Amino acid sequence: MMRPGFADPVQDAQSCFRAVLEALSRPGRVQTLASGLTPPAPLHPATAAVLLTLADAETPLHHDAGAEADAWLRFHCGCPMTAAGSAAFVLAVTPPPALATLQAGTDEEPERGATLVIQVEALEAGSGWRLRGPGIEAEHRLAVRGLPDGFLADRAARRGLFPRGVDVILCAGDRIAALPRTTLIEEG
Amino acid sequence: MNRDEAYNFAYLDENTKRMIRRALLKAVAIPGHQVPFGAREMPLPYGWGTGGIQVTAAVLGAGDVLKVIDQGADDTTNAVSIRRFFNRVAGVETTTHTGDATIIQTRHRIPEAALTEAQILVYQVPMPEPLFRLEPRLAETKRMHALADYGLMHVKLYEDIARHGHIATSYSYPVMVDGRYLMSPSPIPAFDNPKMDRMPALQLFGAGREKRIYAVPPYTEVRSLDFEDHPFRPHRANASCELCGSRSSYLDEVVTDDRGGRMFVCSDTDYCETRQEDQQTENAKGEAA
Repeated sequence: MMRPGFADPVQDAQSCFRAVLEALSRPGRVQTLASGLTPPAPLHPATAAVLLTLADAETPLHHDAGAEADAWLRFHCGCPMTAAGSAAFVLAVTPPPALATLQAGTDEEPERGATLVIQVEALEAGSGWRLRGPGIEAEHRLAVRGLPDGFLADRAARRGLFPRGVDVILCAGDRIAALPRTTLIEEG
Repeated sequence: MNRDEAYNFAYLDENTKRMIRRALLKAVAIPGHQVPFGAREMPLPYGWGTGGIQVTAAVLGAGDVLKVIDQGADDTTNAVSIRRFFNRVAGVETTTHTGDATIIQTRHRIPEAALTEAQILVYQVPMPEPLFRLEPRLAETKRMHALADYGLMHVKLYEDIARHGHIATSYSYPVMVDGRYLMSPSPIPAFDNPKMDRMPALQLFGAGREKRIYAVPPYTEVRSLDFEDHPFRPHRANASCELCGSRSSYLDEVVTDDRGGRMFVCSDTDYCETRQEDQQTENAKGEAA
């Protein structure tokens, strides 16, 4: 049987959105989503909540989460499924595709850059990477477990494309943190 | 007033909110860049804050405390009606105290009291494009933003100096955000521009008629354009507030009669009232002692 979406679609989507907004406004700060979701495996509650909050019929989605998750996402978000290169939202529960293969927008319309939602094993603030950039007073620290080794280098190599780029939302369990394209990351 | 259940929470339907929320997230990710969005018809005319209201509606939650100001004042028509609107369609608590608010929607001012990380400032923007008086073609201004080609704006400021001896822009003074995008701060007085720089609160901008959203994330550099030999100098009337005596707040000049009488008062009514209350408490303490 299909697992349910938000119990209260209006208030739950609002509170999840505020957490995502906070995460993108203050990169590296870990936010907890009290979504109450029990999505099908392999989706974590936070991953499912982010997509339920933001994706709909207007946003083509690409994911690698398997058939059960596919049916759940199609039913609750109603988003069309597409290839990674033409998706507005890309969900990766296994190692994410190379950033160069995703939409980066154009110099005139950089907002068309994709949002990459990566499900990782764990997120912990206070140690690990050193983050700088807009939204960060001096430095935020973020430890991420479960990202492939090449991710930071891949991201750094595309830094020169700004304002084009891909924004990343990391999800683990009921927690999220975000890395907008402006954030500079140094390994701690 | 309790929430009017005939409307969806915060008036807008969920599809519209999602569309605005996606635009807001991209705006935060690209500080100062104008993101187009499908602005909806709102139950008030363009120019009354339709953009700001849609941004507030997309962000607002049941636990938020909303403050709305118009030119710094909590008690003007625009501020009162927007507060009542959200009280009715979202049932949220409203306040006039800057410190108690979690979301502050503003038209043309930034509160005097420093904002915190727990607050969001939503600006109502009539014209989001800072270059529109210099280049009317939207396709061309988009290209200028893409190339960060802002020489035209410097020429305009230079012509001000050549003609008037100083930069004669006193409101809507253009700023550079994070060293990349030229941005209109909305028609706030240039006096308020320095408050935008590295502000702990998130700043969101909504332009309803022009259908644009943009944002300045917290702690982001916002620099007012200037020249080395003509540094940015915000203007403030050389007077003190006649009600609270403040010499540091932004002042409104009020004409009091038809014989040239006038007085200066704080434009931020909450700031002024709080100072007056504090002074009365101080005086009462002094008399008691």
